[in-house]
Amino acid sequence: MLEHYTNLIIKAVFIENLALAYFLGMCTYLAVSKKVATSLGLGVAVVVVQTITIPVNNLLYNYFLKEGALAWAGYPGTDLSFLGLISYIGVIAAMVQILEMTLDKFFPALYNTLGIFLPLITVNCAILGGSLFMVERDYSFGESVAYGIGSGVGWAFAIALLAGIREKMDYSDVPAGLRGLGITFVTSGLLAICFMSFGGIQL
Amino acid sequence: MGNNVGKTVFVAFALCLVCSVLVSTTAVSLKDKQAQNAALDMKKNVLSAAGLLNKDTDVNEVFSKFSTVLVNLETGEIVEDMDSATYDQKEAQKKPDLSIAIPADADLAGLSRRAKFGKVFVYKDEQDQPQIYIFHITSKGLWSTMYGFMALGSDLNTVKGFGYYAQGETPGLGGEVDNPKWKGQWIGKSVYNEEEVVALKLSKAEAPKEGAVAEYRVDGLSGATITANGISSSIKYWFSNHGYGKFIDMVQAGEVTI
Amino acid sequence: MKIKELVFDPILKNNPIALQILGVCSALAVTVQLKNVIVMCAAVTLVIALANMSVSIIRNHIPGSIRIIVQMTIIASLVIIAEQFLKAFLFDQWKTMAVYVGLIITNCIVMGRTEAFALKNTPIASFFDGIGNGLGYSFILIFVGFFRELFGSGKVFGYTVFELTKDGGWYQANGLALLPPSAFFLIGLIIWILRTKDPSQVEPQA
Repeated sequence: MLEHYTNLIIKAVFIENLALAYFLGMCTYLAVSKKVATSLGLGVAVVVVQTITIPVNNLLYNYFLKEGALAWAGYPGTDLSFLGLISYIGVIAAMVQILEMTLDKFFPALYNTLGIFLPLITVNCAILGGSLFMVERDYSFGESVAYGIGSGVGWAFAIALLAGIREKMDYSDVPAGLRGLGITFVTSGLLAICFMSFGGIQL
Repeated sequence: MGNNVGKTVFVAFALCLVCSVLVSTTAVSLKDKQAQNAALDMKKNVLSAAGLLNKDTDVNEVFSKFSTVLVNLETGEIVEDMDSATYDQKEAQKKPDLSIAIPADADLAGLSRRAKFGKVFVYKDEQDQPQIYIFHITSKGLWSTMYGFMALGSDLNTVKGFGYYAQGETPGLGGEVDNPKWKGQWIGKSVYNEEEVVALKLSKAEAPKEGAVAEYRVDGLSGATITANGISSSIKYWFSNHGYGKFIDMVQAGEVTI
Repeated sequence: MKIKELVFDPILKNNPIALQILGVCSALAVTVQLKNVIVMCAAVTLVIALANMSVSIIRNHIPGSIRIIVQMTIIASLVIIAEQFLKAFLFDQWKTMAVYVGLIITNCIVMGRTEAFALKNTPIASFFDGIGNGLGYSFILIFVGFFRELFGSGKVFGYTVFELTKDGGWYQANGLALLPPSAFFLIGLIIWILRTKDPSQVEPQA
């Protein structure tokens, strides 16, 4: 059983990396990857939010939205799955807000490190994408916890990797028009191709 | 911008009301049309597997010549007490009460679960004789689970068509399963050899044009070994006794009539 | 600002993808075929324009404390409506784009424009700002989609331009163009072209 969850996490980190295999959360990925330290901060914030929202959305889906999920309340025939998107994004926005307030109150040090990155996470499509994949693959509650951790760590790993490369690249002589954003796109393309090679691994 | 609590609650409430009315109205009013689309899409997939889909085919009319039966894969018998028209094998595979875990030693294709009941589409000619049988199959590829149909002729051995309707393999490599030329090769091949064992599979490279095995081989997919192995092993699985094998035996022996 | 500037500036001068780094995800995922690109662009442009307008209409009544979630609700409702329409009228396209239509919600162009423009401007100006940014997004997507479809499968809009070798023609399909990473290279290239023509966009040496 433990093996199953470990496999799920490893798969989510490497093989199904949200950033480099599904290209989710690209805007923040490209915009906030100039320094390793800041991108690590953002990475940690994503891991935390992902680990909370995916299981919460899992419960929401299984007990409210899925076809027949409202059977416990006496409405076995209702199918509210078209409300999925709006509920997930609501949960995400609310979670981010709550997390921000909790951290501010109890862990001011961590709150100051994450700072402006927390609100940014609401519009990080890796978070919403994670919840949508969870629904599509029909994960159980336990699996969704594992997937939340794995997909968050995978995204954090990818952005730290890119930031490391970009810090080194500051010393390279890039053509003027390609400097900054342009070369970052090309680099991410190469990184994504590297990650494709994890594709054949069977777990 | 006002920040007092009363106004905040009021705005939030009013906004929710307006949005929910808008969303629900669209969802409810378009639901029928969406259901029609989904149904039509499924019919198209079936027809295209049987090679009956052209540009100007009237999908509903041709499809009305098909009858559907549900097969209990365990025994090969036909299930009478369920509505075969609304049964969705792809969805059933995910539901605990409609699917079973495949025992590890029988799980040739790495599918881990399969639906208890298989849906078979049967195309009958004017004399009410079955001409084409279409079987729903699933295969495990490199990235995705692939869902498709295998169409067999009246002898339940000659392939009439083969194709996947949903797959997420690498475009250009494994994704070539959607290439019409490659799909065309399947037509006329045989599933079972003389010993009644499933022999149809993909070659490592190009399939031999003549010789003893030519009848049971289709070109491999270059650069997509895992996808190709997934296809071969799933055909072996679905047409053995774990899959539709028992049903096919019973039809051939005349124990089941459709 | 004039409407003309609002609509045309975001296409080359202040492009949302190439300069503001907004809305990149979908640019990579849906650009294999031009047909999907057009549907996606139309959906995104409409959603931005309408979201911008709606937010602008109620901008003086939105309490600051729930600003983000109010905008998200409006955007999410519009996206769901768009998705329901696609599912009903363009089923084949919807099937191939599935998850990415829903992800328009988190397409940061939409949120970025409502936050940066609609909260401070009139509904009409916001509407055209939305159209302009939608067009800027479409410009990049169509460029990327055109080359990916042409080099990857020898076609434009599904019509064969280069006969492929596997169908008996002369063109050996470029498999890389079918894979998402190729979109990164193409966008990098567009940025390079845009910034060479307009050097004021070049980033300073670190």
